[in-house]
Amino acid sequence: MSGPALRLAVELDGDGAHPAAWRRAAHSPDHLLTPRRVARVAAAAENAGFTLLTLEDGALPPGATPDVVGRIGAVERAAFLASSTSVIGIAPVVPVTYAEPFHISSQLASLDHISIGRAGWAVSEEARPEAARAWDRPRVDGAAARVRESRDGVEVVRALWDSWEDDAVIRSVATSRYLDRDRLHYVDFTGDTYAVKGPAIVPRSPQGQLVVLGRPDLVPAEQLDVALVEGRDVAAVTAAAAAAGTPRTFAEVEVALDTVAATADERVADLERHTPWTDRGRLRHIGSAAGLAALLGELRGVVDGVRLHPLVLDEDLPELSRLVLPHLFERRHAVRPLPGASLRTHLGLERPANRYAAGAAFEALEETR
Amino acid sequence: MTRTDPLDVPRPDAQLHFGVFFQGVNHWTIWSDPASGSQIDPANFRRVAQTAERGLFDAFFLGEGLRLREVDGQIHDLDVAGRPDAITQLAALAAVTDRIGLVSTSNTTFNEPADLARRLSGLDLLSEGRAGWNVVTTDNAWTGANFRRGGYLDHADRYRRAEEFLTVARAIWDGWENGAVSGSPGAPAWAAPGAVRQVRHKGPQFDVDLAPTLPRSVQGHPVIFQAGDSGDGRDFAARNADVIFSAHGSDFDDALAFADDLRYRLRAVGRPDDDLRILPGTEIIIGATEEEALEKKHWIRLQQVTPATALGIAGLLWGLDLSDRDADGPLPKEDPVVAENDGSFGARRITDPRKVVAEWREKAETHRWSLRETVIALGPQRGHVGTPAGLADKFAHFVRHGAVDGFNVTPYLIPDGLDDIVDLLVPALQERGVYRTEYTGTTLREHLGLREPLTHRSTTDRRQAG
Ligand SMILES: Cc1cc2nc3c(=O)[nH]c(=O)nc-3n(C[C@H](O)[C@H](O)[C@H](O)COP(=O)(O)O)c2cc1C
Repeated sequence: MSGPALRLAVELDGDGAHPAAWRRAAHSPDHLLTPRRVARVAAAAENAGFTLLTLEDGALPPGATPDVVGRIGAVERAAFLASSTSVIGIAPVVPVTYAEPFHISSQLASLDHISIGRAGWAVSEEARPEAARAWDRPRVDGAAARVRESRDGVEVVRALWDSWEDDAVIRSVATSRYLDRDRLHYVDFTGDTYAVKGPAIVPRSPQGQLVVLGRPDLVPAEQLDVALVEGRDVAAVTAAAAAAGTPRTFAEVEVALDTVAATADERVADLERHTPWTDRGRLRHIGSAAGLAALLGELRGVVDGVRLHPLVLDEDLPELSRLVLPHLFERRHAVRPLPGASLRTHLGLERPANRYAAGAAFEALEETR
Repeated sequence: MTRTDPLDVPRPDAQLHFGVFFQGVNHWTIWSDPASGSQIDPANFRRVAQTAERGLFDAFFLGEGLRLREVDGQIHDLDVAGRPDAITQLAALAAVTDRIGLVSTSNTTFNEPADLARRLSGLDLLSEGRAGWNVVTTDNAWTGANFRRGGYLDHADRYRRAEEFLTVARAIWDGWENGAVSGSPGAPAWAAPGAVRQVRHKGPQFDVDLAPTLPRSVQGHPVIFQAGDSGDGRDFAARNADVIFSAHGSDFDDALAFADDLRYRLRAVGRPDDDLRILPGTEIIIGATEEEALEKKHWIRLQQVTPATALGIAGLLWGLDLSDRDADGPLPKEDPVVAENDGSFGARRITDPRKVVAEWREKAETHRWSLRETVIALGPQRGHVGTPAGLADKFAHFVRHGAVDGFNVTPYLIPDGLDDIVDLLVPALQERGVYRTEYTGTTLREHLGLREPLTHRSTTDRRQAG
């Protein structure tokens, strides 16, 4: 298959995609929540040539006992990684079902400043009722209500990212003004359940708008830059990608590779003795590096990129780094990110004009007529 | 005051603690000078934090303001504004610093305990025990327009909510037994059975039920700071805080009175009176000679109090819009208007503006000051001015007499405004034996010489008793 080269993303939460991955990790369990471990895995992904890393999150524990029940917030991990990496894009998962959109907007805009334009946002939702008890908020019940919260949340966050024009800080010594208040905008959002005034407290960030990723069934397509599409086989992924209606599509791919010590099947079977690897309806490759490279080659032209979910990070990342990514880069089936470029640039997405600035320019034009 | 007669002072061995406050929104940070850098560029945050660390500071602080300030319904455009989210910025700094504490100002009114407690724990783990939390309550409903709940909570309720918020946060931080996570991949479970407790809290403000997701850091809990001056604020600090920020650090007698008041309040709630560190915010202006320092101060004040800023400050005092007046002319002839507090930034609690204006008029006449000169001389005052040796003597006096435990320094210039403090004042303090010569611990709690977190102390005591 041909088509533009793929962009490669990898999900780095916990010890891997399998709930029991911690049993095969190269470190003791109590090192999972340490800065050294967080930085080491991201460095491995950056050195391998991934364009983007994502970090899963939510208010509830990541799994149930006997598996991992601890997790540092994705935004905090992302910010920490933004200053310990230099090229890779970083997208924390942030559910917007109960959180304050104003806080999310500030946190993510800050991440974009800190990473000098390498930040994204993987939008998700808190589907479990226990999340409402943790947040002490009225329960958002049912898929439709959660979609409403996501839609409103993303709308507010994006509006706040535009609420400062790029050059709102003028430092005009002549007029004693630090800000040009005409370049700051109230967002005046009123949704179904709340209202937000604005403007943001964070100046517009390097990318203007962060790259927003999400599932098209959970977030309206027009609010997404990248749809994360699922499907058990290439045909299903092709159909999902074609239907997404977003500027970019990434396929979700779960991966377990053969290693020197054990085959992929053996590795999966070992973990399955403890906990099942839930089938989420995603492509799943269990086998050789060459087989994965072939599958990804097939996805070229179907999607713009893939997000890999390695079975066990400590085992699969080295194999991806050693065998799969070099193979893809050599054949130009995938590209590495370039130092100094923004995540938008890496994904071939333009830096969006500010919605309010465009309006202001239009008004000025009207006035001169 | 020197070390030769240590017994003359109540605290001969006391050491000064420094924090640096990278201010977000204020008119004290000079933005008009060519040397003033971006207030959002991450390189400047790194530069200030690393300079402070080089100077063996205890902590790097960020403030919080969740709505842009307005005066008379218009966004206030004269001062520095625009800032990163504090915890996010501090998590980034955790990766590029080793020892310095990282303190986030985060309010308890427009956050929820489970979320904020978890974010702070994350910072504490990523920095390996260097996190602090300056608990503020947000004193305007006007910020509420940016949040789901809208504006709400009067003054008294804000501290009630803050206190219960802190109780829930502490329960979450204590939710995991020490050593809850197994040390071996061969263990039957990742966390030992029963080592992670569900937190259930039902009170007037909060009704939560959650499984905490994080272990305690090496310092136990983030260090709790409080910044608030009212009686309620001080009592809250006495019951809950490890450190208090104050505005009582310029005048020795005023600082000592504040410190004595807090020590009284601490004893009243059954805490040792050395359980709380007092770190007033201050500006420090250094010159090679006293004259040079005063000249520098004059220059700094002119940058900080521009004609427009002077008219703004005077406008708050008079309760009038004075923006079209001449700041270099005389004081306004009008009598001040006693304005209603509408809760916005523009409202200041000046109890008797008539009296203040009368004083201003009298002094201005005597010294032939313009309005701007009057604002500079009599308006909001702050800080210490002098030579490194003079300041070191003065600070040694403050700390050895128990008036302060240190200062939270607000540099007037970003990113280089801390350099002369670190390069000139710190060595002078070290010579006098009132400042550390190396970090002796790794956590913020250790830097500040604090005891264990309040909740954990009682557990330890219980264990000892049992
Ligand atoms: C040194 C200092 C720093 C403060 N920083 C902040 C801040 O960054 N954000 C904020 O909302 N309030 C800040 N405050 C305000 C206090 O948190 C508090 O809301 C205010 O002083 C009113 O409380 P009080 O009535 O107890 O004095 C600060 C106060 C002081 C004294």
